[in-house]
Amino acid sequence: MTQQQIIISGVGGQGVLFVTRLLAEAAIQKGMPVVTSETHGMAQRGGTVISHLKVGDFSSVLIRPRHADGLLALKEENILQHGHYLKENGWSIVNCPDSKAMEIDKPVYGIDANRLAIENQARRSVNLILLGYALKFRGHLFCGFKDIKAVLSNRFSKREKLLNSAMKALNAGYHAA
Amino acid sequence: MKRELMLGNEAIARGLLENGCAIATSYPGTPASEILSSLMIQKKRHASSMHAQWAINEKVAFEIAYAGCMTGLRCAVSMKQVGLNVASDPLMSAAYLGTEGGFIVISADDPGPHSSQTEQDSRLMAMMAKIPVLDPDSPKQARELVETAFKLSETYKIPVMLRPTTRVCHARQDILPGSIHSDPKTPEFHKDPSRWAATPKFRFLLHKELEDKLKALASDERTLPIRLNPETDGTRAVVASGVAAGHTKEILKSLRLWDSIPFYQVIQPFPLHAGFINDLIDTYEEILVLEETTGVIEMQLADRHRVKGRLSGNVPKAGELLPEQIEEILCRYSNMPFENIAIPAVPGKRPTLCAGCPHRASFFAIKKAVPKGIYTSDIGCYTLGLNLGAVDTVLCMGAAIGQASGFYHAFKDTDKRPDIVATIGDSTFFHAGMPALVDAVVNDVRFVLVILDNRTTAMTGNQPTPTSFGISKDGAFDLPGLIRGCGIDFCRTADPYHVEDFISLIKEAVHFSREKGPAVIIARHPCLLDRLSGNARPKPIPVEITDDCDGCGYCVQQFECPALILDETEDFVQIDTMLCTQCGVCISVCPKGSIQEAE
Repeated sequence: MTQQQIIISGVGGQGVLFVTRLLAEAAIQKGMPVVTSETHGMAQRGGTVISHLKVGDFSSVLIRPRHADGLLALKEENILQHGHYLKENGWSIVNCPDSKAMEIDKPVYGIDANRLAIENQARRSVNLILLGYALKFRGHLFCGFKDIKAVLSNRFSKREKLLNSAMKALNAGYHAA
Repeated sequence: MKRELMLGNEAIARGLLENGCAIATSYPGTPASEILSSLMIQKKRHASSMHAQWAINEKVAFEIAYAGCMTGLRCAVSMKQVGLNVASDPLMSAAYLGTEGGFIVISADDPGPHSSQTEQDSRLMAMMAKIPVLDPDSPKQARELVETAFKLSETYKIPVMLRPTTRVCHARQDILPGSIHSDPKTPEFHKDPSRWAATPKFRFLLHKELEDKLKALASDERTLPIRLNPETDGTRAVVASGVAAGHTKEILKSLRLWDSIPFYQVIQPFPLHAGFINDLIDTYEEILVLEETTGVIEMQLADRHRVKGRLSGNVPKAGELLPEQIEEILCRYSNMPFENIAIPAVPGKRPTLCAGCPHRASFFAIKKAVPKGIYTSDIGCYTLGLNLGAVDTVLCMGAAIGQASGFYHAFKDTDKRPDIVATIGDSTFFHAGMPALVDAVVNDVRFVLVILDNRTTAMTGNQPTPTSFGISKDGAFDLPGLIRGCGIDFCRTADPYHVEDFISLIKEAVHFSREKGPAVIIARHPCLLDRLSGNARPKPIPVEITDDCDGCGYCVQQFECPALILDETEDFVQIDTMLCTQCGVCISVCPKGSIQEAE
């Protein structure tokens, strides 16, 4: 069975928890066991937040340093702070204007999600834009674009407006250059 | 039934519903808060007749649920670990009196600590009270142990503690739910004053009974430690409980020690099973114990020479047991090389009051009005007033008022008596501030109390308080009436968003407090995150920075709003329009008038 360990990090209010949840629900839909660990409480007031997501047969809720397959960073600075979780050759998807400038010896894919959010009039959707972008790189995440779209449709089945804006943000990331 | 993604706290709530819990109470506190809030949602969804309520504090919550169990109903009370300190009085006594219906005390610990004053181990509190405690390793196991806890409680007529930690409460896992119990029991109360109102003479007898219960619990088969690799032989064993057991299982496998180190998971750390203790000591040369956050299992293992853990110094005495630490400890224990991974010391982003938070306006005004005051404060979002330099002390729930009294008495006979301004949130005031306020009135303490009344318990996710919207029957609870009833003549309510007026009001209160006695200001403005407050929002005031801004940084330092950003060149301040809530308070903050209402 496929196993995957992913770190999702950002600051309180950016929707780190929401992205973690969508991925975990996608795992359930695919029939895979899943466990996540989240940051709640005071740090949610704009402080650094981090989620651990483990898909597959695991008994520990946390990821050890150098064991993560990938890192989704909603803030550029978080690569410095949480990059040590990545295993050798572990990938990162980062919200930053210029990923080439990043000093990291592992594959990094950057997207200016803040700018895209403003352009798409979806200021609160930086998280979904980054997730959409991550899904573009096939074979990186355990799930695909369709899986996440299905999770969103299921989640917002009775809230059409929210669903449309979430889909729009996800698409904006997925189709970004 | 389909597998569902459940937060650990939701899984515990689900367990309570599935097992016919009739009364569930709580006071919010991270990491326990979502137990009751998700219970309320699930109860509604399944049209359950259960009584679920937020109580004014943990002590009251405990007493409500405990009385419920005295009538034969299954009941539960949940709280964070420091909340159990508040409820420790009824806990110690209830252990003696025992229970009729099953009674679970859920106390969520916070090793780290991530969101607490202390890393205290509730299992020690269970030991002190002499009640059994169960230590789940995951959301799945937490849900399962709810059933075990109810059954143990009913077998032995004893309160049972369920002790999840942050990593259980705030983990999510795929869980296959069971069916909801929907057969309400009829309450019955059998009067028995020699038990329910026992005098010291009877308490002695009850204490002896309690010891018998503990002895029986230490051999109960339902909570026996689990040998996870029964095929493995070896001379050195590992014993773990809770989240540390989950980490250990995974790491023993990845280090290929699964087939050489016998591994036991303890479900009930207290009372530890007597047969298990003897077995371990008879069989192994060395025993490593991994548990959070104190050596509770370790101290019950008799032979100190062979037992390694927190007390022996083999496991760090403070802090969360992260999997990387367990890996290192296991490597050392089995004489394997371990490569330390350098973790970069990057300071994360510190938490801050939200942009537009009314507390920020209150704190700014307090500093302006009383620049040399002593600022005692309390537990809540407003602890973050630290960032503005408007919080000097934070001790525990309600201490802002008690400590203000202490500072007053310490300085009252000195020449330079400082002005004292205490800040406390509405929820914290009701929780533990009220008795301290009465004490301050009686002892004529000269101080100003600012009750930061945002009409909700914001930090933990907006649970209601007595002043919340739509809570009490006749509209909001009469907080000013309560204050005046305490004998306080100066009690005024104002909106801190009107900063200039609010500064004047604080000055007036300080003047009053110097001459006459305690003064109270209720700073009333709803929390921006509180969905219940809906229509109570003031008209938005968009702001702009004028060209006169010289980047002095006064607003950034003194007001600390995350929406005000000093440009990197430090030439001017910018407004982050993604964050700004258009509260307009900063217009009064800039000493040069460079922040103006936008046209």
